[in-house]
Amino acid sequence: MKRSLFNVFTVLVLFGMILSACAPAAEPTEAPAPAEPQATEAPSEEGPAATEAPVMEEKTITIGFTSSLTGAQEVSSKRQVAGFNLWMNQVNDAGGIKLSDGTVVKFAAHTYDDESSKERVQELYTRLITEDNADYLISPYSSGLAAAASIIAEQNGKIMITAGAAEDDAYKTGNTSLFQLYTPGSQYLLSTVDMLKTLDPEAKVAIVHENDKFSTSVMEGLKPYLESQGFEVVLEEGYATETNDFGPVINKLVESGATVLLGGGHYPDGSTFARQLYERKAGLKFVSLLVAPADSKFPELGDAALGISTSSQWELAATHTAEEAAALGKTWYGPTGEEFASAYEAASGDKPTYHVAGGYMTGLVLQKAIEDADSVDPEKVKAALEAMDIFTFYGGIKFDTSADAHGLQVGHQMVVAQWQKDDAGALVRKVIWPADVANAEPLYPIPAP
Amino acid sequence: MQQLNLLLTSLPDGILLGFVYGLAAMGLTLIWGVMNVINLSHGPIIALGMFGTFFLVSKAGLNPYFGLIPIAIVGLLLGILIYVVAVHRVINAPHLSSLLATFAVNMIIIGLGTAALTTSPYNVDFTAGSFKLGSTTLLGTRLIAGLVAMLFTGGLYLFLYRTRPGKYIRAVANNRSAAELMGIPSTRILALSFGLGTMLAAVSGALIATFFPFNILSGGGYELKSFVIGVLGGLGNPIGALFGGLILGILEGIIPAFLEASWVPVIEFALFVVILLVRPSGLFGAKQ
Repeated sequence: MKRSLFNVFTVLVLFGMILSACAPAAEPTEAPAPAEPQATEAPSEEGPAATEAPVMEEKTITIGFTSSLTGAQEVSSKRQVAGFNLWMNQVNDAGGIKLSDGTVVKFAAHTYDDESSKERVQELYTRLITEDNADYLISPYSSGLAAAASIIAEQNGKIMITAGAAEDDAYKTGNTSLFQLYTPGSQYLLSTVDMLKTLDPEAKVAIVHENDKFSTSVMEGLKPYLESQGFEVVLEEGYATETNDFGPVINKLVESGATVLLGGGHYPDGSTFARQLYERKAGLKFVSLLVAPADSKFPELGDAALGISTSSQWELAATHTAEEAAALGKTWYGPTGEEFASAYEAASGDKPTYHVAGGYMTGLVLQKAIEDADSVDPEKVKAALEAMDIFTFYGGIKFDTSADAHGLQVGHQMVVAQWQKDDAGALVRKVIWPADVANAEPLYPIPAP
Repeated sequence: MQQLNLLLTSLPDGILLGFVYGLAAMGLTLIWGVMNVINLSHGPIIALGMFGTFFLVSKAGLNPYFGLIPIAIVGLLLGILIYVVAVHRVINAPHLSSLLATFAVNMIIIGLGTAALTTSPYNVDFTAGSFKLGSTTLLGTRLIAGLVAMLFTGGLYLFLYRTRPGKYIRAVANNRSAAELMGIPSTRILALSFGLGTMLAAVSGALIATFFPFNILSGGGYELKSFVIGVLGGLGNPIGALFGGLILGILEGIIPAFLEASWVPVIEFALFVVILLVRPSGLFGAKQ
């Protein structure tokens, strides 16, 4: 009996060792040191405290967040964390933020895998605040997870900067500790509608979306706007997050006579939907899906990716500049889009998506708030965030400070991007709207498969 | 009229998908029928079948349908291994023990799979074309998957009713003690049955991977469907599982014609409860 048990144990251990040996190295969640350090000096009028102070006190601020290393939000969440890590490494390597009293502020991240689960998020954010003593919080990726985390942040009075959390409602429930970086969900597809108005005002639109907080909030803002612009909505349909088979939905779409599809949700369902639209020759003139086409994995779909559009929070091809800021009378802050992109490429070997930029911006906005407050005191930092009105490579950043929608992003605009083929036949994401920042004409109608 | 048209266009897809669901459920119900074990490692094994196709196509450049042969062999051997390591010692213990044993295997596969393969979605870069059938577009991958599922079902039927090991399996399922008295090596037959059940799960996963994306967690959804199908067709009745699969596939095809697609799981699992309440032996009769 004992010998048999030993044999069983041995087989299990060997099995585990073999599979573990097959595993690739763990995903790097910490980006390597950046190529170029960022300007992190405190305002100079306060005097060169950092160089003159006889003793510089170093203070490490703990930033807590969860990321989805597994589960439905894995792809976009990892990108967001990669962006944040790039910022943190840059600012730490540049010597931290120097305050006028001689304090040098550096940053450390405390993070857990939330497994894309709301229950895990609430448990882990409680732990981050009460046991890990996180000073500031960054949201998990996705509106649903961020909404779950926001309750814990608000209960504990912790500032939480949200990225990847576009849904509007979390900012309209009396919260005062949340600060949103993404353009709110209700405005996500409005610029796409503006573009459609110029391309084909007679288009018949189908809205087919994931049944989750984010996608639903996008569609709630979209439908009245479509109707106000004179478009006919011929189909409105939701699907479950775990949907794999879009065949019945596509049949319904074709039967409805729709020529344009606006919808989707996140990466897994969006990429599947795009692939099946192509395989089934749905014959649509234009398709815009949320989130999935903005990811650099999307071209793995091959020709199924051609012509698929997305609303993007940021595109390198249409990155914002200091000249744009000057023309708008805004304060420019942080690196240029090219500096950010080259630092990210050097660190990860990949091109940055808007999820990476969003993650980077969580840190950059916190850095700016600490510099403006000249303090790490949460109340002063919060006041600095509320007063913030800046322009970065990512675009404008300004938060609503009204009681009705505190923390909602009101300064940031989106662009429309579309997968097209370059001269060599490779799929590239082009900016097609607004016209003044576009680097390509919209591909309309999409070529038939 | 429009809805009738929609129903007719969605029906062929549902039927083809139903055959594959049926194949997956057959594996679960075969194991239950022979040894009264609820195999909770069924889902991850479906997922391993999916990854089998992915690696054979993307790394070895094999046609996914030729890849079914090595996947079936590995599935059979893996099932026998799981039986020997985790199930055999608890086969006569209360059901909870075997349930926990297979759940442990489930967790081991998912844990190792997540570490090695992450939970990012994978796609098999393969197409078998498509063609118009009336106003619907049928995908070649689904059509072939449906045919392969029928072939495997036929093969299983012949194996169970026309071969000596198959008859041994049926004998052990019917009355293990009596079978042992007749000289049937029940331990080997139980291991073979578990292996066959696992093989069917792996093959169904391999077929599903040709048209749906997947990750290591994807098998869970198909495992749940297999339970519904098992109850529909009658637990322990492998051929009933095929018809249960067809019913589920057809429901998935036609429900979105009348309701939002998000109602599909609600209706599926409501049906599960109704069948359990009204006809617990399933529509086609459970194992006697």
